Amino acid sequence: MSEPVYIAGLGVISAIGNNVQEHLAAFKNETAGMGEITHFESVHRGVLPVAEVKMTNHQLAEKAGMPLDASRTALLSLLAAREAMDDAAIPNLDKWRVGFVSANTVGGMDRSEDFFVEFLKDSSKGKLKNVYDHECGSMTELVATQLGITDFMTTLSTACSSSANAIFYGARLIKNGVLDVVVAGGADALTKFTLNGFNTLMILDKEFCKPFDQNREGLNLGEGTGYVVLVSDRVKASLTKEPYCRLSGYQNSNDAYHQTASSPDGTGSYMAMQGALKRAGLQPGDIDYINLHGTGTPNNDSAEGTAIKRLFDPHYPPMSSTKSFTGHTLGASGAIEAVCSALAVKHHIIYPNLRFQTQMEELPFSPETHYLENQDINHVMSNSFGFGGNCTSLIFSKV
Amino acid sequence: MMKAYIRSASAISAQNTFGSQVFLTDVVESQTTRLKTIEPDYKEFIDPKLIRRMSHVIKMGVAAAMDCLNKAGVDQPDAIITGTAFGIMEDTVTFLTRIVEMQEEMLPPTAFIQSTHNTVAAQIALMLKCHNYNNTFVHKGISFESALLDGLMLLNEEEGSNILVGGIDEMIDTSFTVLTRLGLYKRRPVSNLDLFKERSKGTIGGEGAAFFVLSDKPGTDSLAHLSGLKTFYDPDITLDVTGAINNFLAENNLTIADIDLVLTGKNGDIKNDEPYEKLKSGLFTNTPYANYKHLSGEYPTSSSFALWLAANIIKNQDVPAVLLDGEATVKSPQKILVYNRYQNKYHSLMLVSAC
Repeated sequence: MSEPVYIAGLGVISAIGNNVQEHLAAFKNETAGMGEITHFESVHRGVLPVAEVKMTNHQLAEKAGMPLDASRTALLSLLAAREAMDDAAIPNLDKWRVGFVSANTVGGMDRSEDFFVEFLKDSSKGKLKNVYDHECGSMTELVATQLGITDFMTTLSTACSSSANAIFYGARLIKNGVLDVVVAGGADALTKFTLNGFNTLMILDKEFCKPFDQNREGLNLGEGTGYVVLVSDRVKASLTKEPYCRLSGYQNSNDAYHQTASSPDGTGSYMAMQGALKRAGLQPGDIDYINLHGTGTPNNDSAEGTAIKRLFDPHYPPMSSTKSFTGHTLGASGAIEAVCSALAVKHHIIYPNLRFQTQMEELPFSPETHYLENQDINHVMSNSFGFGGNCTSLIFSKV
Repeated sequence: MMKAYIRSASAISAQNTFGSQVFLTDVVESQTTRLKTIEPDYKEFIDPKLIRRMSHVIKMGVAAAMDCLNKAGVDQPDAIITGTAFGIMEDTVTFLTRIVEMQEEMLPPTAFIQSTHNTVAAQIALMLKCHNYNNTFVHKGISFESALLDGLMLLNEEEGSNILVGGIDEMIDTSFTVLTRLGLYKRRPVSNLDLFKERSKGTIGGEGAAFFVLSDKPGTDSLAHLSGLKTFYDPDITLDVTGAINNFLAENNLTIADIDLVLTGKNGDIKNDEPYEKLKSGLFTNTPYANYKHLSGEYPTSSSFALWLAANIIKNQDVPAVLLDGEATVKSPQKILVYNRYQNKYHSLMLVSAC
């Protein structure tokens, strides 16, 4: 089980860019991706800001070479997974056992919503094509087929920690000798379902979100996708370039407190971070940057912050929430932030936490507000917490 | 090769499988296109205050999980892992309906809160105050097998010794209507016990929850040994899996002659069952042959019901006649091969052996 797992390729799409390079540029320029709803009709347009990917379904389908009526989630997923595989450029991929492990929270809901309007009026109506790929697993199956990776595929769904768990599971498939290469990550398109769901919980900020700020008022929903290509030691030896980093630690713990809310002291978050450190053989002081879950809701940031205080006090590494750029991309967030974390290790950078003004009263620390280059970064921690108390922390380490 | 002992198994199904009923002694026959689960008294397992808020799939998942843990005498499993293709469909449809009907205004949050696919695993953790590993797989006909593989890997990694794994899917009216329009089910009610005599298009819908405590050590009353698991995807409906099954058996140092019973996912749809029929007269020609979907109905995690059956067959050393397809009798079942071919795309093989 001690075999290292490396990250050899990255792919990402979010509101701040359609690939890795555009993300790096947006972080450097401190350009956030939030704006008005444009891709679907909603009474919340003009009221609730969202972080949409800046491509229409038509543009995505054309670029992906998939049918126009495919779910936006599948379209996003394919493009980022393809970028990651191209980036990894594994020689003779055919000779390895390759898997695709993906995550999402609502499958083809964007299409099902269209189906449902007609279906509700008359249950013999509604285009079946729009509901055929409703299941979460359909997204994975469609993309895996396009990628030509059908030997092994599966889908995870643990709310907002989904794709962190997909990466975690992928790494374990390699460590257990089941596979040699795993393309792992996730995707979620914005839907009316999730937008209205989070709205009923009254945790959406009507302004751009302010993670870890005393005056934060909630999250902004986003959409996107991220994938990493995980490889074994043997595959790494065949690569023509250095991998980005190692996935050195991971832990999945449950808060077991409430279906949606985090416990006040962040029990699950604490256990996830602590367990990931233990597995990586690291001390809190070894972490050089934390990519926070940092949704911007009063509850999350307080619980996560309290857990960080308990684990890291008195030496706090720089930390920030890249959700201040991308919004909260739900099932995709763990993977998008894994991509950001791998890039932080590779390029020695730390991302700013945008719009931060006032330190939280209960915390003795505040997030990093500047884009920092030439940082000495050996280990990055990335947190992903979700409904159902699902808390996962990953650690990315310099090779 | 990863393996586990099945310390306990609990199933809520369309049959009398839950509680103290002797193994498949009171088989339920229905004239239907859809089998519904027999509801236990949930109050025995769940706080009545919680029951009111839980939709059907959550109740049946949580109750099966609690019963399974009780049977194994495990208070805190080292991991809770579920597989569900459909997830929490009733709450999902409730919330979708309200979005449309109330035009996105003044929506109550409960249905949304409970709609995430990990709700059953989360509710189990919440009720047990269990902070351990918690995961949910949602991949169509191999959702349950993905969860099983996760459990086997955790045992292999020595991350724990008692892993709770379950397969859960509910069939609500809306999904049944949509899936019927997609042509999955028979157009006219049939007797489930005559499902394989009908020779017509479509199967019968189903639902259920089956949970297992997997362990690295044989307990004193372990039911059986899960000694092999393999899944693969191939959308070729004519695919001959003889080679794949032989390879799977060879990986376990077995040949088909060592198998005392095959339990397959025939579902009564004439097209779907063609590959099974070929195997029956081919690779399995000398092997006692049984089916299960006439008892459970067809659903994506029905293989969890099959594993429940296989484990109980081994434990009870009895193959109930209602399962058998053909004349064979099986005196002392030691090795059972479960083969499910979900929608002719997802193939799953499980090897269940006597401890």
